[in-house]
Formats: sequence, C-alpha cells, structure tokens
Amino acid sequence: MSNVKPLPRWADLLLLPLINLCAAFFICGIVVWMIGENPIEALSVMIKGAFYYPGSLGYTLNYTTNFMFTGLAVATAFHAGLFNIGGEGQAYVSSLGIVFVIAVFAPFLPALLVILLCIPAAAIMGGVWAFIPGYLQAKRGSHVVITTIMFNFLAFALMVWLLAGPLLERGQQSPQTPKIPDNAILPKMETALGWFGMDIASSPLNLSFIVALVASFIFWILIWKTRLGYQIRTVGKNQDAAHYAGINVSRIIIITMMISGAFAGLLAVNAVMGVQHRVVLNYTAGYGFTGIAVALMGRNHPIGIFFASLLFGALFQGGAELDFEFQSITRDMVLLIQGMIILFSGALAYMFSPSLSRVITGLSRKEASHD
Amino acid sequence: MTASSNTTSGESAASFALELQKISKSFGLVQANKDIDLRIEKGTIHGIIGENGAGKSTLMNILYGLHRADSGDMFIDGKPAKIKGSADALSLGIGMVHQHFMLIPRFTVLENVMLGSEGGALLGAGRVATAQRLQELGQTFDMVVDPDALVSDLNVGMRQRVEILKALKSGANILILDEPTGVLTPQEATQLFEILDKLRDNGVTVLLITHKLAEIMAITDNVSIMRRGEMVGHRKTSETNPQELAELMVGREVLLNVEKPEANPSDVALSVSGLGCYSSRGHKILDNLNFEVRAGEILGIAGVSGNGQTPLMEVLAGMRKPDEGQFEILGTTITADTHVTPSDMRANGIGHIPEDRHKHGLVLEFEAYENMVLGFHDTSVTGEKRLMDRKHMIAHCAERMEEYDIRPRAPHLPAKNFSGGNQQKIVVAREMYENPKLLIVGEPTRGVDVGAIEFIHKQLIALRDQGCAVVLVSVELDEIMGLSDRIMVMNKGEEVATISGADADAQKLGLMMAGISEGAGA
Repeated sequence: MSNVKPLPRWADLLLLPLINLCAAFFICGIVVWMIGENPIEALSVMIKGAFYYPGSLGYTLNYTTNFMFTGLAVATAFHAGLFNIGGEGQAYVSSLGIVFVIAVFAPFLPALLVILLCIPAAAIMGGVWAFIPGYLQAKRGSHVVITTIMFNFLAFALMVWLLAGPLLERGQQSPQTPKIPDNAILPKMETALGWFGMDIASSPLNLSFIVALVASFIFWILIWKTRLGYQIRTVGKNQDAAHYAGINVSRIIIITMMISGAFAGLLAVNAVMGVQHRVVLNYTAGYGFTGIAVALMGRNHPIGIFFASLLFGALFQGGAELDFEFQSITRDMVLLIQGMIILFSGALAYMFSPSLSRVITGLSRKEASHD
Repeated sequence: MTASSNTTSGESAASFALELQKISKSFGLVQANKDIDLRIEKGTIHGIIGENGAGKSTLMNILYGLHRADSGDMFIDGKPAKIKGSADALSLGIGMVHQHFMLIPRFTVLENVMLGSEGGALLGAGRVATAQRLQELGQTFDMVVDPDALVSDLNVGMRQRVEILKALKSGANILILDEPTGVLTPQEATQLFEILDKLRDNGVTVLLITHKLAEIMAITDNVSIMRRGEMVGHRKTSETNPQELAELMVGREVLLNVEKPEANPSDVALSVSGLGCYSSRGHKILDNLNFEVRAGEILGIAGVSGNGQTPLMEVLAGMRKPDEGQFEILGTTITADTHVTPSDMRANGIGHIPEDRHKHGLVLEFEAYENMVLGFHDTSVTGEKRLMDRKHMIAHCAERMEEYDIRPRAPHLPAKNFSGGNQQKIVVAREMYENPKLLIVGEPTRGVDVGAIEFIHKQLIALRDQGCAVVLVSVELDEIMGLSDRIMVMNKGEEVATISGADADAQKLGLMMAGISEGAGA
C-alpha cells in the first residue's frame, strides 16, 4: 500500500526540522571534506565556539536576540499574508527613535525611565518606516515586497546621510554618532546577573535578550489570543472572507505592517543601547534578511522562531570560530551552511515528509502487532 | 471508431461499450473508489448519480486517464483497455465534456475544435479538414454552430455545444458529460437533452454524471448509483423513481420536498427602490431594482447565474456600495453616500449565507470553532473577556455542531476537512445563531448532499415561520419553487417580473430567466 498518513504533530514540529538540519549539515560536511578538512572536527569546533568556550554562549545569544526581533517581524506580516522584506530598513531607521528620546529626555530623566522610553521609541520608529509600504499596499495595491525593498534602500541612504552629517560625532572620521549617555545604556547580562550574585563570563549579551523574550510572548498573545490577531490571520488566509466578515482589510494590512516594523525596530535596542552604545554604520548587518529564513524555519511561531534564532546565532558565532581555527575554511563557510539550512528547511521543508511518515506508520504497525 | 469489433468478438461482452471490473482508487487514506463494477450498453444514455464526494468524478477521471486506478480492469467494446493518459482515452474513442469548459475564449469555434489536430506546422490543411468535419457533425447531430464565431461571443449553451463537437471530432463514441446542466437555463438544458437523444440515435454512448434526480429521470436509459466510493445499485430508469434513487444515494429515507405551511407575512423588513450598481469596468450590473420583503416570507430570486444576483446580495449585506437608488433595511436607510460595513449590517440583525462558502463563508485553514465566529469576532460568542476566550468559542462550536448535526463533531478540525454539506452547515449554523431578522441566502445547497439539503431547507422554513424575512438566491429552480413565497426573476441586472410562488412553474420561470416577461401577469 502506498498510503501516506499525515505526520503526527510531534514529528512534524520536531523530528522533521531536525532531519532537515542534519541533511544540511551533511552536505556541508561533504564540502568541508572536499577542501581537505575533517568535517567532524569542524563541527565540534563550531559547537564549542558557539556554546562551550567562556563567553561564547553570550555571543551566541546576542545574535539570537537580533534574529528573534527580525524573525518576529517577518512572521507578523506573514500571518496577514504579507511579505515584509523591509526588516533591514525598519531596524536601521528605528535607531532614530532612540536618538530622539535620548536627545530630549536623557539630560534629566533617570536611567530606568530613559530606557523604558527608548524601547517603545525604537518600535514606533520601525512601525512608522513600515507604515508607508503598508499604506501603499492597502490603498494603492503597490506590492509590499517591492516597496519594502525600496524602503531598505531609502533607509540606507537616509542613515548614511545622517551619520555622516547631522548626527556625526564631532571630530570623528568614521560615520557614527557620539556615544549615548550612561543612563540610556542597557545593562549587560553579566552585570544584571551580578545583582543576583551570579557570575558569568563577559560577553555583549545584555538585557535586550529579555526584551526579545517579552516580545515573543506579546507576539503569541497578539496573534492567537486577541481579536486583532484573529482579524490579521483571517486577512492572511482569505481576504474575501475577511471582507465578508466585516473586517476592514486595508486597515488590518496597515496595522500589521506597522506591528511588523515595530518588532524589527526593536533590533536597534540591542544594537544601539546594548552593544555599540552608539549608532554606527550598517549595524543591521543583514539581520533583517536572515529574519525571513528564521521566520520560515520557525513556522511563524514564537517558540520555533526562538530555536531558529538560536541556531542562526550559533552559526554566526561558531562560524567565526571556524574561520579562526582552520586555515582553509573562511567565514564564507557559514554562508554555505546558512544557505543549506534555508534550502533544506525552507524550500525543501517537506522533502523527507513522505518517507518519514512511512517509517513512523511502519513502526506503529509493528508495535500494534506486538501488543 | 472500431465498429468492426462486433464482428470479430462474438461474445456477449461486446454489447457493452464499456465495462469496469473491480476498479479501486485511493488518495492517501481516502478510498475514493472501491471495487467499482459498471457495464454500459452500447448506444444508451447511462446516468451516474451520487452525492458530492461519492466518487463519481474520480471514476470518470480514471476513465478519461487523468487518474490511474490502483487495481481493477477496464474493457472497451469487450477488449481490455489500458488508459494511461487522456491521449489513450481519446484514441479509444472516449471524449469528455468537463463541468468547467476547456475552451479558449479568444479563439474562434473552428480554432478551438481544431486544437489537437492542427495537422502540421501550417494550419491551412487542418483548418479545411476541421471545417468540413464540423459541418458533417453539425448535420448529423443537428448541432449547427458558426465556425467563425469567437467563443467569447457565444452563450453558455452554445459553448457546451462546441465542447461536445470537439469531443466528437476526435472520434469519440463514448461521451462523458460531467454535471452538464449546472450552468444552463431550463430551456438550454432541454436543448442539450435533444442533442443527447440524437447522439444516442447515432450510436454514441453517453455517460451523464449528475446529482440532479430530475435529469436522470428525464433522459437516461439506465442509472448507476454511487455512495461513499461504492456502487450501491444499478437500475433501469423506467423501473425506478426519484424517491428510490435519493434513498440509494443517501442511504436513508429523505424528503425531496420539504413541508411548507402557508406564509404569514407581516411588516416590511427590506424595501428597495431604484437600486443600481456598476461594475468596476463601468457596466451596469444592477438596474433600477424595486422590491419589498416582509418579515415571515421568503422572496426567491431566480436567474441564470451572473445576472446580478451576486452584486445584489453583496449590496444588501453591506459588502458593496450601491451606486444609485436606496434601500431601507430593518429601519436603516442606505444610499450611495452611507458608510456601512458588513459588521454594521450584522449588528442590525442581518444574517448572510454567501453563495460561495469557500471564497467568502469560511476560512478553510481555520479550525471549525474559529469559523463559527467569523464575522462575529467582536460579539459575545468569543467570550466576554478582553482576549478571545478559546474555551468559550469551542463550547459554542460544539453546541452548534450538536444542534445542526455537523459531522464530525470536531471543533478543532480545519474547515477544509469537512464535507461540502457539513461546511455549509457550519455557515448556516453561524448565520442563524443570532436569530437574524433578515437573512440573505445565496445558493444554500450548492454542492451539498441530498440529506443536508433537506435539513437546510427545513431550517430556512423554520426561520421564516419565526418571523424572519428571507431573500433566497438560487440558480436551482426546484429550490426556488420549493421554498419561495414570491419569486423575482432577474435578467441582466434587471427585474423581469415577480410572481407568487404558487403560480410558478419551470417553463414560465425559464422563459423569464431568458428575459421574456410575457405571461408574467398570468
């Protein structure tokens, strides 16, 4: 019989992604072997580099934080059937919200309040940057993929101009703003845990990781628990039914894009307030784009997005180690691995599904006959 | 094509144009066809009837080579046949007229018929040959069509004729027609039956797939009944009756005509005056409509599909703005300048069962309980809390499923996994729950099995008797005549006439649907 049962939920959510991941690593292993290195050794260097060496976990989680923000951004839009390619630009421009709050409030407000104002300011600025593509899609039918890409370019141009001009630190040669005041700096994780008597290795990891976890929880509530989330999902699945149900489709598209932009905007909280302590050129470093893969792999669910972010974070950090340890392997290997992962868990996500299903069906039949 | 087979094989099997033995086919876990046996006599019209999802289409697709059977044998003219693709089917003389026509609208009739037999790189010879063949066929079967007319200029009945000619041109002597009357007016259907008669007289074997009992009775010689992937019976049409066929189809006793007490109309619930609408291209799609519907009555709106019924329902449900005129609905007056949304209309006491449940009525990927609140997500059916109350919604859905006998009773099952009838019941249950004062219903039983039709019709009558005003749009004349207290016939966005339900018969309505209003007063 060639009957193929649908996969059980646990296999669909855990086993299948794991198999896809192994397949991706297997192909990469072959490449490593072909250039004359030992793939097992390379893998162990990567894993150690990402999790084991002192401070390495902090680096990994710091990258994870960035991927979570952009992954949530892409996933939000995706639930409304929109493809937000503009996370990069939204995350970039959002630093202006932080710059503004610091300029106005930092001189007289205490640290806690400044930080609590900066976080929404970054989100709002990201949302504003996503508003125009959302509006154009909703009211004019301009495709959001095109407009968000255009808005990335606009964001780059705008930020270069600002960083090299009005916001440039006095006497500075490289395009960046002055350091932000101490009361706008997000404490590092080692400092924060130190308050509770815990001692961890030094790393760039800071409290924005907590912000990312809170954002994930908010995302979950928003999409699956609120009436707005219900409307967003309805628009995403069937616009005609949404119209029939009295949902204002244009309004939902605009709101969703703004929420999406807001999640992306939070990336600036980590980059500016947590790590660099100033706005530097190109701090978004492709996180906005990788967020698409993160959301895809994480199946647009916060838990999946967390694990996908962790994976990509580990790749970033472990890949750097790989570059350091092996003469013949460069950082580009990370790109290859990323590409393979995206290929296997995105484009070929269900390639192993039928065979896996047959195996599971076969096993459960055997069990049944033993009973 | 191979008419000589009669002489070569003298066995009794040769008198069957087509014979199927133990044909089985499954899709994943779904057994679409199970051990199907079927014998079709040469030169007869053989009906295959069954509910939606009974496996009729799968069986025909196997015959036509679009699917391959898992097991079983097929004989054509008594000879074993292996059909691996539609090209094999064509060469064996099997032709198919699909429910949705496979014509290229911007080609002429000749160009469409020529498809597949162009005869070389240059079209000249093929064109001449096809034109000649068309003329022959037209004369033999009384199907005259202008070969140079653009298909887009033909009406539906003529397009169907082109489809049939296309199949015959390729030498089909077994012709499969899949739900051929779904898009036709009663008159066009009659013409189609005349053509089928002619085909039979000329030795063509016709397989007619339908879910309409009346057609089976009117035209077929033999009928086979399918239920849940199996053949449950074969009958000579002259020796059976609609009641028996319906029971075989459903597997239990059904009422074909729902009991309907006298209507008791009271206050005007909906009053339309001078209503007009334009399409996005500027064509007039609704033209100066004037009518009233009272509480406690059902106004049926009959018409060939695409004559303004859809925009009319959309306007009444708040999904589309009228361009001209106005209407007063449950005390609210709406004109072109009124800002109104479907939510406002629902809050006002209007229920709307849309004609296309897949497009509008349901979000197919959503679970049943989520669909049960579609359009009511801001009301108390989602709970009184600030967030949506999932438990409350599931309980609500479970209650409705019990009340409307929706199967399976699984609030967590995605809507797409329910059968057509049960999907429709989800929509009906949702729209009737708030006891609407005015219900707009489009094609309530399209693609719905006989058992569910009976149930839905009963619900509509019960709602009417509770004092709800019902606007019923349907292209099924039986449905219109069976339920409506008054019938308005529409053609090209205009009202042709309005007659009382008691005065209606299919002949009269059919003429009016074609835009001829004589006899309307009678």
